[in-house]
Order: sequence, then structure tokens, then C-alpha cells
Amino acid sequence: MAPTQLERIERRGPRLLWPRRSPRSSEEGARGSLVAVVSTVVVFGVLAALVLSSEAWPAVQRQFFSWTHFKASFPKVLGAFWLDIKMFLVAEILILVIGLAVAMARSLRGPAFLPLRILTIGYIDLARGLPLLLLILLMGFGIPALQLPGVPNSALFWGIAALVFSYAAYTAEVYRAGIDSVHESQRMSARSIGLTQTQSLWHVIVPQAVRNVVPALLNGFVSLQKDVALVFVLGVREGLREADIYNARTFNYTSYIAAAVLFLAVSVPVARFTDWYTERDRRRMQAMST
Amino acid sequence: MTALKLALRGVAKAFDGKEVLRSVDLEVAHHQVVCLIGSSGSGKSTLLKCINLLVPIDSGQIVLDGVAITAPGVNPNQVRQSMGIVFQAFNLFPHMRVIDNITLGPRKVHGVSRAEAESQARALLERFGLLDKAAEYPDRLSGGQQQRVAIVRALVSRPGLMLLDEVTSALDPELVAEVLGVIRDLKAEGMTMVIATHEMGFARDVADLVGFLDDGVMLELGPPAAIFEDPQRPRTRQFLQRIIAAGRL
Repeated sequence: MAPTQLERIERRGPRLLWPRRSPRSSEEGARGSLVAVVSTVVVFGVLAALVLSSEAWPAVQRQFFSWTHFKASFPKVLGAFWLDIKMFLVAEILILVIGLAVAMARSLRGPAFLPLRILTIGYIDLARGLPLLLLILLMGFGIPALQLPGVPNSALFWGIAALVFSYAAYTAEVYRAGIDSVHESQRMSARSIGLTQTQSLWHVIVPQAVRNVVPALLNGFVSLQKDVALVFVLGVREGLREADIYNARTFNYTSYIAAAVLFLAVSVPVARFTDWYTERDRRRMQAMST
Repeated sequence: MTALKLALRGVAKAFDGKEVLRSVDLEVAHHQVVCLIGSSGSGKSTLLKCINLLVPIDSGQIVLDGVAITAPGVNPNQVRQSMGIVFQAFNLFPHMRVIDNITLGPRKVHGVSRAEAESQARALLERFGLLDKAAEYPDRLSGGQQQRVAIVRALVSRPGLMLLDEVTSALDPELVAEVLGVIRDLKAEGMTMVIATHEMGFARDVADLVGFLDDGVMLELGPPAAIFEDPQRPRTRQFLQRIIAAGRL
């Protein structure tokens, strides 16, 4: 049996670097591939030649790309980078949960929920209106300085709290866009079978809304994965902080490059996965509407 | 649940100052089927949503089996459990299988166990020839099958009143009959129904009363023979003539 359109799409797998071509003859396709390869080699070859032949290159290489310094700093940076990963995972889970709760609170209708709506809008405006670094400094140094009884005073704790505070607001807006994108008749249908407003949101609207915004949520993952490094200003010994310490001792920047490699090693695959997922979802939708 | 009766007294509704319903009166007796006809925008759909309390009315009263459901303090979620409504389109929840679409209400609203809800749902699906679709997602079903599932979903909580809002308007012509057949079955069982429809032949066939809504006014109300053969108002005659000219009656 011939595969259905949907099956064919699912079989294709990731298509990362070039956009899909319209069907052409194989001869034209072969010529197109040749042009692509040649032009890519030429452009990148010329760029590499320019950089490597520049007068400044030896100094740049010594300061940024020293293999000795890389080998010396990488294990320390890697050891500390695991903290970035842990912070990212903890923060992301909290962000997804809190963001959804805020978006749902904001989507409730009726006069009784007005105070809740005002609170959520106020929170979102505040959290999105402040620079993330300012929030981290304010919460990470400010709250422990109060020495309130029963309140944790670790910089790490408040650094993550600041990340969650800021990112949950953006994520709530992503969810809300998804909630608004679900057709009004779905809400009516849900209410008509006797579900309450909250039940309708939870069982009917939100599952459809989340599906619609998965690419946007994944985009937030990529962004957060880098921004966890900002807590280094609080003295938390994560990857970037460790690279900074190495640099302060040796005056060589290669340790930063080591940290950069680690961040890229995580964020690039997530970004590519996002692209692949978005593309697959778009094709599925197309297949469904034909 | 046994069939309910329904009364609308002076029901009015405006959206942003535009009057959609103007003092509508309607009496629906036990087991009676009322078809509402009229052009698009005449207020049929809004009237049904008002009865289901999905749209709050501005003035007037809606009485279900002697209880004024539009009175303050009435819990709309409870009222909605005694009636079922089916819309024109986008009815089913696309992310749930047919069986889950049907059992969601009983499980979440009535606290029925999943096993019991599913056995009720399966019995209804079997009756309407849809049992083999229980595990399918809605987008795998034809429009007619989807509407029949929507009717089953409305029936599963054993309503005493069914409201049908142009349930065949979005269907391909060859699928209309299967849905109308289901509605005829419901009438045969004695279900009280209010049906907004453009299917005049069906209305003449199935209705005990036909109401002609025009610009939010219940212009004419009577037995189908009277409305279709001998309309009193010029506006009703004009509407029916257009329908006949279009070959729909």
C-alpha cells in the first residue's frame, strides 16, 4: 500500500540546513547540489583565508584559541557547567508550570475573577519590564541581605528564583497566545456539557493551546539555557564564573571560549530540534487540511 | 431523564447595542419539537444559546419545567446538565478520541467512574451505528459522523431537552440525511427539542411547531402546515418564496 501523505512526512526526518526544493528533474537537482557545494566551499574558504592571513591572527589565537589554555581550563569549566544544566532544568520546569497557571488565571472570564486578572497583568508587566540582570541582582543580593527568618539566603536559590520570575511572565504570554488561538466554539462546547470554566480550560482549551505553542516554548528553552549564566554575577560558581576565574588568573580568554563551546553544545541541538519540530508540525497541519 | 417543557417570556438580547432578540415568547410542551426558521442573523442561534445560558439574556425570563433558570442565583452549570446542545461546526474536541469526547462530561461533571461512563457511551454509540469509531480521533471521521458523535455526547447525560443549532449546515449534502435520521429517532422517543434549521422539508416533517424568526422577532409561530402552506405575514411569505425559488422546499 502506498504511504499516506502524513506517513511520508514523518519518515522524512530532520531537514536542517536548506529549505525544501520544489520537485525538479534529477539533472537540475544534481546541478543545484553542485552549485551549493562549490559556493559554500568558496565563501567559507575565502573567509578562513582572510582571517588566518591577517596580521592580528597570531595574537588573537594566543589570547582566545590557545590549545594549552583550553586543555587547562576546560575540565574546570565543564565541572561547573553541570550547575548551569541543573539550574536550567529546575528553572524550566518551574517556568512551564507557573507560566501556565498565570496564563490560565488571566484567561478566566467574569467579574468575580477581575482581581486575579489585575494581579496577573501587573505581574507580567513588572517581570517583562525589568532587565533580567537587574532582577537577579535585586533578588540575589537584596533578599538574602534582609536576613528574614525562614527565608533561604543562598544566592543560587534567589538567582534561580529571579530567572523563574522573569521567564514565567514571558512564558505565560506564550501560553495565552495559544489559549486565544483555540476557537471560541470549543469553549462553548465545553461549557455546554456542564464543565466549569476552569475545567473547560484544563481539559479542552489548554491541551489544544499547548500544542499550538510548542515551537515558541522550545524557543524559550534555548534562551533560558544561556541566561542561566547570568547568575554568575551573584558569585555562583557555574561554568561562566569558573571561566572568569581562570581568566583573572592567567589573563587569557580561552577559558571563555571553552565555556562558549559548552553552551553551544547544548543550545544548538535544541535550536535545531525546534526547527525540525516546527517544520514537522507545519507539514502535519497542511496534510490535515488537504 | 424525562422530557422537559420550556417557556420563554419576553426574552431580549442585544450585542453592543444591536438588538438580536426582541421580546421573544415561546412555549414548548413536553415531547414537543419546535423548529426555528429564518435567514442567517435572524437570532435563531442566539436564542438557543440563551436557553442553554451560554449567552446571558438582557430581559425576560426562561422557564424550564416550572423553574426560572434565568433568575439570579441559579447555577448555570447545573442547568446545562439537564439539556444538550449541538452546534453547527467545530463541535468535538479534536485532541480526544471519540469515546473520551463523550465521557468527559459524565466523568468530570457527574463524577461517574471511567468504566461506567464508557459503558454508557458505548451503548449510545452502538445505537447510532458508531461503535467502531469509539477509539478514533474526530479528524478521522466524516462530517456526518462527527455531528452524530456530537449528538451522542449531548445525549450521554440524559438531557430532557435538546437544542440543535443548524447541525447540518456545515455538512456535504449526502451526509445530511444520516444526521436528520438521528434527530427523527430522538423525536420518536419523545425528546423535547428546539431546532434551528435551514432544512425546510425536514422542519415540515418533524416539527410540531414552526417559528419564523425575523430580525430578532418571533414573527409567526404555528403548526408546520399553517406556516408553510398559509403564512399570514408578508415577510414570512417572502422568505418562503425565496426558499422555494432556491429549490429548498
